Amino acid sequence: MADYMLEIKNLTRRFKIGGMILGKSILAVDDVSISLPKDKTWIMSVVGESGSGKTTLARMILKLLEPSSGKIFIDGIPLSYYSKKDHRKEFYKKVQPIFQNPFSTFSMRKTVDTYLYETALNLDIARTRDEATEHIRDILHSVGLEFEQVTGKYPNQFSGGELQRISIARALITKPALIIADEPVAMIDASLRMNIVNLFKKLRNEFNVNFVYVTHDLSTAYYVSDFIATMYRGNLIEFGPAKELLSRPSHPYTELLLDSIPKVGVKWDREIILPDIETKEYSAKGCKFAARCQYAKDVCHKNSPPVTTLEEGHKILCFKYCGYKI
Amino acid sequence: MMRLNNLSARYNILTGYVNAVDNVSFEVMDNEIFGIAGESGCGKSTLLKVMYDLVSYPLEISDGSVEIGGKDSSGKAVILKTGEIKKSWWRNISYIPQGAMHVMNPVTKVDTQFYDAISKQNCNFNKKALRQEIINYLHELELPASVISAYPHQLSGGMKQRVIIALATFLNPGIVLADEPTTALDVVVQRGILTMLSRVQRKMKNSMVIVSHDMGVHYQITNRLGIMYAGQMIEIGPTEEIFSTPRHPYTQMLINALPRIGDLNQKEGIPGTPPSLKNPPPGCRFAARCPKATDLCRVKQPEVFQINDRHQASCHLLYDL
Repeated sequence: MADYMLEIKNLTRRFKIGGMILGKSILAVDDVSISLPKDKTWIMSVVGESGSGKTTLARMILKLLEPSSGKIFIDGIPLSYYSKKDHRKEFYKKVQPIFQNPFSTFSMRKTVDTYLYETALNLDIARTRDEATEHIRDILHSVGLEFEQVTGKYPNQFSGGELQRISIARALITKPALIIADEPVAMIDASLRMNIVNLFKKLRNEFNVNFVYVTHDLSTAYYVSDFIATMYRGNLIEFGPAKELLSRPSHPYTELLLDSIPKVGVKWDREIILPDIETKEYSAKGCKFAARCQYAKDVCHKNSPPVTTLEEGHKILCFKYCGYKI
Repeated sequence: MMRLNNLSARYNILTGYVNAVDNVSFEVMDNEIFGIAGESGCGKSTLLKVMYDLVSYPLEISDGSVEIGGKDSSGKAVILKTGEIKKSWWRNISYIPQGAMHVMNPVTKVDTQFYDAISKQNCNFNKKALRQEIINYLHELELPASVISAYPHQLSGGMKQRVIIALATFLNPGIVLADEPTTALDVVVQRGILTMLSRVQRKMKNSMVIVSHDMGVHYQITNRLGIMYAGQMIEIGPTEEIFSTPRHPYTQMLINALPRIGDLNQKEGIPGTPPSLKNPPPGCRFAARCPKATDLCRVKQPEVFQINDRHQASCHLLYDL
């Protein structure tokens, strides 16, 4: 059918902030285009700091938010097709979310297996409860949990890591083609993060699920991803294959992100400029990172940088790579 | 500066006790940053609360004591114990709780929050002079002066956290306790906050205790590091030494669980979960997850082993060497 599994075309989302009349608007996602291949499964990381628009992007792919303009295609079908009530179930079968905080994903008053059964029964994965049980047992096993450990228990009886696994199991029930995981390890201990991230890798290979992994942690992103997209204040400033992008970070912002991971063995020496108030940066003219960039020249403050292609599939939005010319 | 003697603390719950802190002893020296690392639920936040004398039902101290060196209101050096520490909050010791930035009063401006805290210590102050002092101090921490008349919701997460740190260090306390000061912040802001904390510490030459589950954070800013597991302090030593030669198997696994850029080898998190603190196992508490555990580990608690005068660990395996 289509050539691309996920295709995002000139996606823009505008938010109004402030009063009714005097309010300004900011572009939380500004003209973002990404296409990801269909012929093999992948994990794409969307990295950036808070307020970079990465969650807004994820919410639009999940149809939790309508774009202001631009289109998203999943497997060649535009998302607007699924807006019809009859097609909604089809969408949920294809795309599933995993959210940031496992403790607020589940209601404290319901047993966690309720969510698993509801997903299986409501989306016609299983017709009877017994059939659903069999299915859930298999899925839980593949995320490293046993059915008996989970059934009949409430969320407060699990640790954050276990709940996040159940969250992943729930998303897997429909055998989706795409899972959108928004900061899935942010609430989990550093020592347990690897377990979750390894699980993504395993599921990509076993279930042929593609992942969009939204995070601010480049070290786990590097570890799992095939592609990395860096966002800053609504702009997609760099996109490319993970290995190339991180072995040679090209955008000064990606460089800063990489340098800021608290590493063992190397101590920080360079002082950095912390971000200004977000709305101010969003309304800045020219490159939005210019005020914090160590390579910035006059042209960066005045004009928006053009897209430069460095190598096959490695795109970058920076004046440094086109000789500071417009 | 601060000494903990065989401190144990527990939560009194209806069905028994949860021994969140079990027989912990260590000292925090003058002019150093002491880190406490461990998984969630290992008792590190509880330990910090007890150190800050924030003990109220259901938390209680079952054994041991906390002593801090400080100054009384006339400036004389005194030693304060649990119960007295409370009276010198903000002046001798201050505490940055986990997620402090989310619990700022949303309907008062930053300046009022400063006045509130300071009036607890000193009732007759000149508001105008104080305001200028606060602005100067915020400026030192590279916060714009406009912050002082902003409401918390107008500030970003990183800015709020910096305001909280400014508030906690404004009266120049001898000890600053910080519980996960950078969790829920992204890496760039985290780095800014951490460099700011160590800059403040270098300037004020006081002691800081920083709790975090991220070993990378500890490597970056702490001088000495204590590793906690299931309520016990299992290894204490200079940070550099802990990272170069970790002696306890748990510490080794914690360090190896960190992903590194440029290293695509399969990394594993630590398998299994910590034991219940309600009725902990008889032997070493890490035995069930430890790849090197022997029969002895499962029945007898290890004693503290001094590797050198600054480095100690509690593991049976060290005695065999």
